[in-house]
Amino acid sequence: MNVALDILLRLLVWLLLAPLLPGIINKVKAWVAGRRGPPVLQLYYDLAKLWRKGVVLSTAVSPGHIAGPAVAWVALVGAALLLPLGADGAGVAFRGDGLLFVYLLAMARFCTSGAALDTGSAFEGMGVAREVSYAVLAEAAIITALLTLGLQSGSVSLAHMLAPSAGAGAALLAAGLFTVLLAENCRVPFDDPNTHLELTMIHEVMVLDHSGPPLAAILHGASVKLMIFAVLLAEAVLPIGELPPFTAATALLGAVLVVAVGVGLVESLLARFAFRRVPLLLTTAFLLCLFALMAAWKATRIENIQTSTFNFQRPIVCARPNAAPWMLGVEGRMLKVLPPASRGDARRSHSCQGGDA
Amino acid sequence: MSSTLNLLVGLAMGLNLLALGSNRLPSIIRAAAVQGMVLGALPLLMEEKFHWLVALVAGGTVGIKGFVIPKLLRHALRAANMDREEGPLIGFIPSLLLGAAATIGAVAMSGALPLRPEHAGTLLVPGAFATVVSGFLLLMGRTKAISQVCGYLILENGIFLFGLLLIRTTPLIVEAGILLDLTVGVFVIGIIVDRIQKEFDTLDTRKLTSLHE
Repeated sequence: MNVALDILLRLLVWLLLAPLLPGIINKVKAWVAGRRGPPVLQLYYDLAKLWRKGVVLSTAVSPGHIAGPAVAWVALVGAALLLPLGADGAGVAFRGDGLLFVYLLAMARFCTSGAALDTGSAFEGMGVAREVSYAVLAEAAIITALLTLGLQSGSVSLAHMLAPSAGAGAALLAAGLFTVLLAENCRVPFDDPNTHLELTMIHEVMVLDHSGPPLAAILHGASVKLMIFAVLLAEAVLPIGELPPFTAATALLGAVLVVAVGVGLVESLLARFAFRRVPLLLTTAFLLCLFALMAAWKATRIENIQTSTFNFQRPIVCARPNAAPWMLGVEGRMLKVLPPASRGDARRSHSCQGGDA
Repeated sequence: MSSTLNLLVGLAMGLNLLALGSNRLPSIIRAAAVQGMVLGALPLLMEEKFHWLVALVAGGTVGIKGFVIPKLLRHALRAANMDREEGPLIGFIPSLLLGAAATIGAVAMSGALPLRPEHAGTLLVPGAFATVVSGFLLLMGRTKAISQVCGYLILENGIFLFGLLLIRTTPLIVEAGILLDLTVGVFVIGIIVDRIQKEFDTLDTRKLTSLHE
């Protein structure tokens, strides 16, 4: 009963707060441009209006056209429930839920793309092609980021991975994840959410033929996705899971707000990139995450050397219960290299030899 | 000290990738210049005691690599009236990926090298390898003379970084001599670039493959 209530509460937080983020972004953009801008709650009004409207369907479409947005929405909300909110874990958590998280995001994209292709319109096919080709690079970056977090925490569960801060490569990871956030949510250097020119649309062109409640599901799903990435970025970089509950919730809220304001500023200050420049930017995001992975790998290796020299007599067992087998190998090799003295002694004896020579 | 050193060498490794991924010649020049300045300041950080000769060489390196050489290159660029690298032999994304692979490979490989214990924890050796490979990539993959010069500068930065390992034993006069050679080299290249531009109306080095009577 308690568990059900907990999940229901988290669901309410995600569903009700998510449409606030696009409103904040638009407000920041309006503020930078010196306009008054739409109200922060605009998306709520839009969703309510769309929900009351009827659905206009092309004669060419199959039932998949309606099912696509619905499945995508459910997949995104499911992915949101896997993310921890603040200090007290996730709504649904199990070993390996990080993998499910990535697959749920991919499934949402697959369903939106499938529903767009279903209309048989050439424009929507073009939008799908662009969206999916960007996603190939963005997914590589996000999987690398999750690998980094997993390596650092020695766990494949999102709640454990996101609890501590990202350590050595935090700045790299933050930059990489922010770029992925912009790409995945069709924000300015990659796509323009306000564009009205079909030739340059990416995400918008995919939803051109949707109307009424399915369009509301798509818009709401997009805002949930934006919040997912903002929360992921905040929790990956800040040690939110290790703070007391109230501070953690406040810190998370503040960090998500900062991310939203950052997106708004980027959108006001940057022009969108030409299509052929986008892969370079996404490759850069992937490389940033890759270097964060390298920093994490270096850090765990140094940590392993230290633990292995301190407990030299013990058999080679990894300190982490969930560590990957190859980490064991690294530790074993380092053990052979180092003499059974402490690190400081080793350094002194080496430098003595150097002096003699 | 070691963490500041690693941070600066890491910055230099990032600048390698910036130079590899950028298609604007001024930003490649800027990346090479900032890298030269960052690495030029390293000897001050590595010597425990302040020595006037070390300070002189570090100041000279920062001044020449950070201000004199970029000024010469920008002058050549202005004379040639262009600012973009077009049609590189190795594209921007492949060269970026190759540079990143070299960086990660260098970091992974340095764990297996028999380094002196005071160098084992630092990024000096992987940073030097990654910078040398990035410089080679720029030299091989680009067609414009200016980006090849920048590749040469980055290559020299890598060798300088490698030379820092021997800072206690190499006379600093050698460093000063290298610095002088480098300046004269870039100076001469600046003049050559100007001549190429006047003669061929382009800086594409692919056209410079045959001799005329």
